[in-house]
Amino acid sequence: MASGSVADQEGQVMLLGFWFSPFVKRVEWAFKFKGIEYDYVEEDLTNKSTLLLTSNPIHKKVPVLIHNGNPIAESLVIIEYIDETWKQNPILPQDPYDRAMARFWANFIEEKVSEPAREALFSEGEQQEKKVKELKEGMEVVEGEAKAKLNDKTLFFGGGHGVGYVDIVLGWTCNWMETIEEVGGFKVLDPESQPQFHKWMTNFREVPFVKPTLEPKEKLVEFFRMVRKDRLGLVANK
Amino acid sequence: MAEEEVKLFGTWGSPFSRRIEVALKLKGVQYEYIEEDLTNKSPALLNYNPVNKQIPVLVHNGKPVAESFVIMEYIDETWKHNPILPADPYERAMARFWAKYIDEKFWPAAKKTVVAKGEEQKGAIDEIQQQMKNLEGELKEKKFFGGESLGFLDIAANIIIWLVVAQEALGMDQILNEEKLPVLHGWLHRLLDDAVFKECVPPKERHLDFFKVKFGSSIASK
Repeated sequence: MASGSVADQEGQVMLLGFWFSPFVKRVEWAFKFKGIEYDYVEEDLTNKSTLLLTSNPIHKKVPVLIHNGNPIAESLVIIEYIDETWKQNPILPQDPYDRAMARFWANFIEEKVSEPAREALFSEGEQQEKKVKELKEGMEVVEGEAKAKLNDKTLFFGGGHGVGYVDIVLGWTCNWMETIEEVGGFKVLDPESQPQFHKWMTNFREVPFVKPTLEPKEKLVEFFRMVRKDRLGLVANK
Repeated sequence: MAEEEVKLFGTWGSPFSRRIEVALKLKGVQYEYIEEDLTNKSPALLNYNPVNKQIPVLVHNGKPVAESFVIMEYIDETWKHNPILPADPYERAMARFWAKYIDEKFWPAAKKTVVAKGEEQKGAIDEIQQQMKNLEGELKEKKFFGGESLGFLDIAANIIIWLVVAQEALGMDQILNEEKLPVLHGWLHRLLDDAVFKECVPPKERHLDFFKVKFGSSIASK
């Protein structure tokens, strides 16, 4: 049920999302990591609910978390809120400097990996080439960081404690990157030049609360192929 | 008492490094300021921020932190008096949401209002007006976004001043005028009156000259 006003949701933990969205998945991983129950509401990209539009009037996007009737948008903002509200299994480290490093890398991932990937998926020709180049450069830095921080004992960026903020923020790559490559028609993943990143992806896919959430590639490819076609059609008609 | 060494790498004209100055001054933290020349970045800066090679960088007891919002959160968590972020998690989420909005939506649109021409410029102006109305919705009746005193979002919104000065430099009509945006207009004047904040904006004349030189030619060709 996706109708009803925000005020009706007193005492509830509700997440508005799309099954195909990597940003929504992040928030779900944050909840599952902490063992928090939530009501999931599947939105329709072509027919957004009143609840979504009133909860996130600024961006009209998912994910939106509604907690005790209060809506919060933007996946990274939501994850920090979750970490501050439910204190078990901390996602961010405790020490202020370590927290700053985690936030820095989350920011970097968004600006230099997530954004260019999304833009490469929905563009073509020269514009796409430019974005793929940016994405490759971003991935090089990620590989460098993975080389520096990860080893046989430390599998995740969360350090000795297992999965952490950076893993959850980067996690979308372990499932969606291959889809984006196939639909967009380019290659970014390369096990030879990104060995440490590929090890991390393999390990992240196997994390017990992550594994069951990963959508099959064929389903994602079919869906994003359709969205890319629509978006490019719109651009061409401008 | 432990020896504290705090350094800030910035530029006089950057809203991002000016944000950090506000945060440090609000908390009374002593720091050494290093003015960078972005056309000739110092080895120290490149060493402290090898990933982005950008200012601002805060170096605390030898450990560097980069990205203005990341630095502001670090400052708030390290020096706990005079908090910049509110205590309540929901209010913190709102401050972070709107700060992100300012950097990701407002700033690119603001730049467009100054450099774009014709229809594209008009579109950017309409967009910015709407964005500032949205910010007014968040400010409501409060003195500052942070309430009675400056907070995270007030500091993040410093970038609005850069738009105002650029428009003045180029003889453009002010988008942020009292008639159309009375709430934000009032806030801006309170901000510029604030004892701490007003030390952390570029000197007006120099700032005006900077914009005239940088964007003046694009206006001349209109």
